[in-house]
Amino acid sequence: MPLTWLILLILAIAFAGYVLGRRRALNSAGGDRRVLHSLPSYYGAIVAMWAVVPAAGVLIIWLLVQPYIVNSSVLSTLPDTMVAEGSSFSLVMSDVRRVADGLDVAVSTGAMSREAAASLSTEDTDVRETLGDMGVALGSAVSAEVLGAAQAYRAMNATGALMMAVVVLLITLGGAGFALSRSHAEFRARNAVERGVLALLIAAASLAVLTTIGIVFALLFNTIEFFKLYPAADFFFGTNWAPSFSGRGGASDLGILPLLWGTFYISLIALLVAVPIGLFAAIYLSEYASPRLRSIAKPLIEILAGIPTIVYGLFALLTVGPLLVTMFGKDTLGWMSGGTAVMTAGLVMGIMLIPFVSSLSDDIINAVPQAMRDGSYGLGATQSETIRHVILPAALPGIVGAILLAASRAIGETMIVVLGAGAAARLSLNPFEAMTTITAKIVSQLTGDADFASPEALVAFALGMTLFVLTLGLNVFALYIVRKYREQYD
Amino acid sequence: MNDMRILERDVDTKEVKIAARDVQVYYGTNHAIKDVSVDIEDKTVTAFIGPSGCGKSTFLRCINRMNDTIDVCRVTGDIRIDNQDIYDPRVDPVQLRAKVGMVFQKPNPFPKSIYDNVAYGPRIHGLARNKADLDDIVEKSLRRGAIWDEVKDRLNAPGTGLSGGQQQRLCIARAVATEPEVLLMDEPCSALDPIATAQIEELIDELRQSYSVVIVTHSMQQAARVSQKTAFFHLGNLVEYGETGTIFTNPVDPRTESYITGRIG
Ligand SMILES: Nc1ncnc2c1ncn2[C@@H]1O[C@H](COP(=O)(O)OP(=O)(O)O)[C@@H](O)[C@H]1O
Ligand SMILES: [Mg+2]
Repeated sequence: MPLTWLILLILAIAFAGYVLGRRRALNSAGGDRRVLHSLPSYYGAIVAMWAVVPAAGVLIIWLLVQPYIVNSSVLSTLPDTMVAEGSSFSLVMSDVRRVADGLDVAVSTGAMSREAAASLSTEDTDVRETLGDMGVALGSAVSAEVLGAAQAYRAMNATGALMMAVVVLLITLGGAGFALSRSHAEFRARNAVERGVLALLIAAASLAVLTTIGIVFALLFNTIEFFKLYPAADFFFGTNWAPSFSGRGGASDLGILPLLWGTFYISLIALLVAVPIGLFAAIYLSEYASPRLRSIAKPLIEILAGIPTIVYGLFALLTVGPLLVTMFGKDTLGWMSGGTAVMTAGLVMGIMLIPFVSSLSDDIINAVPQAMRDGSYGLGATQSETIRHVILPAALPGIVGAILLAASRAIGETMIVVLGAGAAARLSLNPFEAMTTITAKIVSQLTGDADFASPEALVAFALGMTLFVLTLGLNVFALYIVRKYREQYD
Repeated sequence: MNDMRILERDVDTKEVKIAARDVQVYYGTNHAIKDVSVDIEDKTVTAFIGPSGCGKSTFLRCINRMNDTIDVCRVTGDIRIDNQDIYDPRVDPVQLRAKVGMVFQKPNPFPKSIYDNVAYGPRIHGLARNKADLDDIVEKSLRRGAIWDEVKDRLNAPGTGLSGGQQQRLCIARAVATEPEVLLMDEPCSALDPIATAQIEELIDELRQSYSVVIVTHSMQQAARVSQKTAFFHLGNLVEYGETGTIFTNPVDPRTESYITGRIG
């Protein structure tokens, strides 16, 4: 039975349970809803919940576990010799899966009967050709073992799916029945539903937290793996970044300092652009602009935040880079040799960050109570004196928080760097030279055909971990400052 | 302190400090102040009373042009301080506000130190020649605000850390520091407890020696206690204006009487 049908069936049972539960509770109260402990819909809802939730849980677990079991038992039927000639178990398994998928397609298009697919053998047919005729292309001829495994794979999956459907439906019915049996007038259905909702919310929250933890652990394990192959001191204090690529041999220099410097330098330029412009824009919008202008200008600025960073990257590559070259290049000052440079990426990233700074600062400035402004105007201060002496100092911690959040955005930015700053890892003070950042190097270390067990690929995880720790630290610091600021006016 | 039963108060005829004629105030289309004319005397406490929403604060804010900071607000008519039209285009509202200090309903010290709160006005108006001068101004103002003794040992502590009553006295000291001639107070005690209120009222009575004080209050007892003159506002009109004793014991207008006896809320 296809999964969609199974899910629809569960929902149908839940709906029926809802109606029945409601009616049963009402009946037990003699049709008088005032006698019920809870509103009738709660009695329905609790039955529906009992029908859906345990069944859905089992369904999800089953779907996660079944492929493992099927894979391992199919693998155990394959002779070791097969694996020896191939490169690994997983390659053989993917062959098996492709054949099985091909048979599925053949059956579902009606080109082959179910029995024919199950009894197909390599002796009397060329499976590759037969499947090819039906539109399923295979890379190589199918051996008898693989075909057998594929048939076993199909059979096991079919029985698995059937068993799953039966078990899940039984659980649905059982849950609904159990809840129905409790639908009496005195049953506190409302409280039970409340607990159910709570459990649901907790599940959602813990899923989010667990995912984060999972990501951190994935990073952590690979990072540890990397440090087994490459000394940590060389990584953190090395001033040279020169990975050798697979096949070319030779040892790699994987020092993070040039990348860290590039990241820092580009972010610094970006913040030098974004902070003044964003802050001044925020001050203008919140203190000077008329409400009409504000209602138009604020969304316009925030559009900047919605532009995909790859578009900014193109802007850097095609517009800002060449423009800077004509201004500072060979023909004039001779500071800049190519369009990709720290300056290019920094300027464009700064533009990208303007809305972050301006819209957060705008909110923070608006949160400064009107009483502060009145007090200052009442003493004969002008508008800009009021802003400089009262509003900005009062909003400062919040603004610093906004700037730190923008900084962590800058540190994590990739696309603009890849397109705007070049790929050369370099420790240099000249902002018109090409440099690169941690994020850009993570991309270049993982794309291409690098072996995932080599230090050249694993270094990406160590870089990612460093980046994560950096931005996490910045974010925590920013949140701490923003929160401290909030306490002031409560 | 006054007692409302005493009709003969020390109300020698004093100079007129603020003269308003035919003042109209509109918030958009809402006509909030209608045809108000009033003469407010120097070295006198004048109370504005009236039911809430009748325009007391609005009229008060006309006197230091705080209404200019509200976009929709439009003021017409003639208000003179020392015979100088304050709505004259040549008058700088910013300078005017240094001369006409204001204390607000809710104490609003800046999130700065006590010292910086008081020094704020003198600093932006350049009233002190040097640091010692500024220290003097701060001390004098804090003494005027009757809070010096309580804060002299912690001038660098934040003003927001004081109690409500102390904060309000700090705000009064802050207003006094720019050496105003008129002090406007918009319900200065409504956020305070009775003890702090009594302290502020006492302070207002002292401030009368040097300033023309205009106080908005919703408490008739307070008006009777601190003021020599009272103006009763109702629905944007100035209904009755006269000596406080007369207003409270012998009102002319029936609306004043019903408000004072508690029939208009
Ligand atoms: N900032 C404002 N914008 C629009 N209308 C206002 C504003 N302030 C006051 N008003 C209106 O003006 C009228 C008088 O208000 P206000 O002077 O605050 O009264 P009071 O201080 O006597 O309680 C009210 O109708 C009020 O709604
Ligand atoms: Mg008011």
